[in-house]
Amino acid sequence: MSDFKSNNKVVNWVEERLPIFSMMQHSAIDYPTPRNLNYWWNFGSLAAVMLIIMILTGLFLAMNYSSHTSLAFDSVERIMRDVNYGWLLRYLHANGASMFFILVYIHIFRGLYYGSYKSPREILWFVGIAIYLAMMATGFLGYVLPWGQMSFWGATVITNLFSAFPVVGEFIVTLLWGGFSVDNPTLNRFFALHFLVPFVILGLVVVHVWALHTVKSNNPLGIEMKGPQDSIPFHPFYTIKDLFGVALFMMVYLAFVFWAPNFFGEPDNYIPANPMVTPPHIVPEWYYLPFYAILRAFTFDLPFLPAKLQGVLAMFSAILILFALPWLDTSKVRSAKFRPLYRQFFWLFLVNALVLGYVGGKPAEGILVKIGQFCTAYYFAHFLILLPLLGKIEKPKALPASIASPVVKAAALGVMILVGLAGFSGSASANAGGGPELKKPATAFSWEGVFGHYDKAALKRGWQVYHDVCSACHSMRLVSYRNLADIGFTADEIKTIAAEKEVPAEPNDEGVVLNRPARASDRFVSPFPNEKAAQAANGGALPPDLSLMNKARVSGPYYVYSLMLGYEDAAPEGHPIPEGKFFNHYFPGNAISMPQVVNDDIVSYTDGTKATKEQIASDIVTFLNWAAEPELDARKGMGVKVMVFLAVLTALLFALKRQIWKDIH
Amino acid sequence: MADQAHNAQPSSVDGQTRRDFLLYATSTVGAVGTGLALWPFVQSMNPAADTLALSTTDVDISAIKPGQSVTVVWRGKPVFVRHRLPEEITAAEQAVMADLREAQKDSDRVKKPEWLILVGVCTHLGCVPLGQKPADPRGDFGGWFCPCHGSHYDTSGRIRKGPAPANLPVPPYQFTSDTTVRIG
Repeated sequence: MSDFKSNNKVVNWVEERLPIFSMMQHSAIDYPTPRNLNYWWNFGSLAAVMLIIMILTGLFLAMNYSSHTSLAFDSVERIMRDVNYGWLLRYLHANGASMFFILVYIHIFRGLYYGSYKSPREILWFVGIAIYLAMMATGFLGYVLPWGQMSFWGATVITNLFSAFPVVGEFIVTLLWGGFSVDNPTLNRFFALHFLVPFVILGLVVVHVWALHTVKSNNPLGIEMKGPQDSIPFHPFYTIKDLFGVALFMMVYLAFVFWAPNFFGEPDNYIPANPMVTPPHIVPEWYYLPFYAILRAFTFDLPFLPAKLQGVLAMFSAILILFALPWLDTSKVRSAKFRPLYRQFFWLFLVNALVLGYVGGKPAEGILVKIGQFCTAYYFAHFLILLPLLGKIEKPKALPASIASPVVKAAALGVMILVGLAGFSGSASANAGGGPELKKPATAFSWEGVFGHYDKAALKRGWQVYHDVCSACHSMRLVSYRNLADIGFTADEIKTIAAEKEVPAEPNDEGVVLNRPARASDRFVSPFPNEKAAQAANGGALPPDLSLMNKARVSGPYYVYSLMLGYEDAAPEGHPIPEGKFFNHYFPGNAISMPQVVNDDIVSYTDGTKATKEQIASDIVTFLNWAAEPELDARKGMGVKVMVFLAVLTALLFALKRQIWKDIH
Repeated sequence: MADQAHNAQPSSVDGQTRRDFLLYATSTVGAVGTGLALWPFVQSMNPAADTLALSTTDVDISAIKPGQSVTVVWRGKPVFVRHRLPEEITAAEQAVMADLREAQKDSDRVKKPEWLILVGVCTHLGCVPLGQKPADPRGDFGGWFCPCHGSHYDTSGRIRKGPAPANLPVPPYQFTSDTTVRIG
């Protein structure tokens, strides 16, 4: 079968029965690879690494997740608070999803730039699109699982897309839901499918690599390898280059995990799902935004084709059109390097996609609607008009005779990364904005910055304010008394604090449920037995639970700080507010049900700190931040160590890569 | 390998040594990093903080009459609390050590002789032995009998017959008052 021979008898014994060693030798070591691949060719292997990380973290998260509507949100918070390193697994997984899409988008655009979809690589390209579609499905299904507000309303909106289809639409939607709305059956099946599809992706990746190894890699010049002088073996040249890329990428990825873990997330998803209230501005995850903009671009009904159906069809077509790309692009030249006109239009297309993403993340209002419509038209024109025409009218530059002759360097690298990042941060901050600029405390919060950590004294003062003031109305149901050990209380102090409240005990031998004092292992006891009682006692307004407040609002810490200090005794001219409400500069709509509570000297600090209202606001925000992110100290501490380690590893890999490649360049 | 290169090709020795050094250093650092990265995954499967926090159970023993047993839950497992009769105590104390598979004096297994507190999980393969209810079989030694594979425990919860390798374990506990026991 093969001429593979080893000196090791065991290896030979296995090889004769299962030719796994010759396959490795053939596909991972000797595999001939163009010698001129630039760093844009790293993104395929990076995406594969990311897929493995997602499957691993997902597997261990699934061991602690409950896919029932009454448990899902709290089980995710239990992962964040109680499961050992649960916060790390979840943040790796959540940020990993965004990283996976960034990697795959760069991988796709690299294919577009260098014409990697052209003959003979069409099937390789098709399988890639299938992977991308499966990824979109997985990302959507996974985003539903935490069962926050965005999970619920994202699921509602996306499943409702199918209702646009005539006749069968309603049937499909009911089938997807397993009921009459997104509810427990939906969550259950989404969890099952979210577990399944990544393994489908894994299978598709194997097919993708199989197709790649059949037709071999494209390269920046877009001309085929013509002989041994054009190629180098995959190992060690590209194994080391890919590993160096992995180490570099890990630094970017983990920087988000350790220091900005909610950068790509929506604050609203830290509010438990509520089928009765849609958040004012709902957006899908950033990686769907361009398609979301296309969905919303159609606003005029046509005969037999209502606007809703047009939008849905356009959105699906926007992806499916990629299947036709190998034939829509009529040029025989692959690489944009030798296509002066296409190169311009490639960048225009990229900018157009980023603008679509930006528009998709903003409310559909005013000029943005028009921009979205124009960009949607341009998106399709690029494929249906520009690409077929360009191939006819463009005069490509002369192609080099072989890969070995010119020395090629990656170009425009920095520009593309900058443009990309600008687009992402644009959409990420898309729903900040609105409302006055938030106040900041005179000295920065102790936990901010790379090395920031909680100031224990401030936490204790904040606890005092919460305990003496806030907890009269606000619950904090995700925090337990035992957690107070984190902020410096002893076991006996915690016992005393817990015993101030009562909780229902187990039924006694007569079956009667009596109360017992709360224990350290109990969650903070809520001031009201249920939401209705809380509303009734507060003039109909429900005081929100404070466990996740700092994470559940845009710029949470500053928002809460500003809100505490943002009251006016009387509503300003022209801002009438209803009876029983109070004027606050920072509350959306300005009319808030909570009266001004934070005032000078409402508490008398046991540590002797002067209780100015700024001091009180700062302390309570510190305490609330600890309640929302109890893992922060551990997270940043681990981050610093991991980064130092990765810096060493990356430097070593870089040096080794230079050593291995020194005779090639 | 570096030495051979040195003998054969003096001109390339620096490059070869440098490359070997880099290869070993990088592989070592990479392997250590991968190993460390696996730790959080393994550790996430160990009991979580809320699970560990539920590790004590208070039992009111005032209503348990001599000869009666109750079963309470501690860490998700049944714990047997038996109010022993004088003859059961005597039988337990007079057992011949040489007859025991795991020799342990009864006095080492109780804090107050009339109260026997055991984790009610058979040490063979984890079934719950019978013997808590008056009608249950209690085996040949008047303690507990595990129906799964036929292990017999005596009135001190010690294994006397059958496949189980060890005595029923005694959980950590203390009498917080005359009528309550805190297990855990």
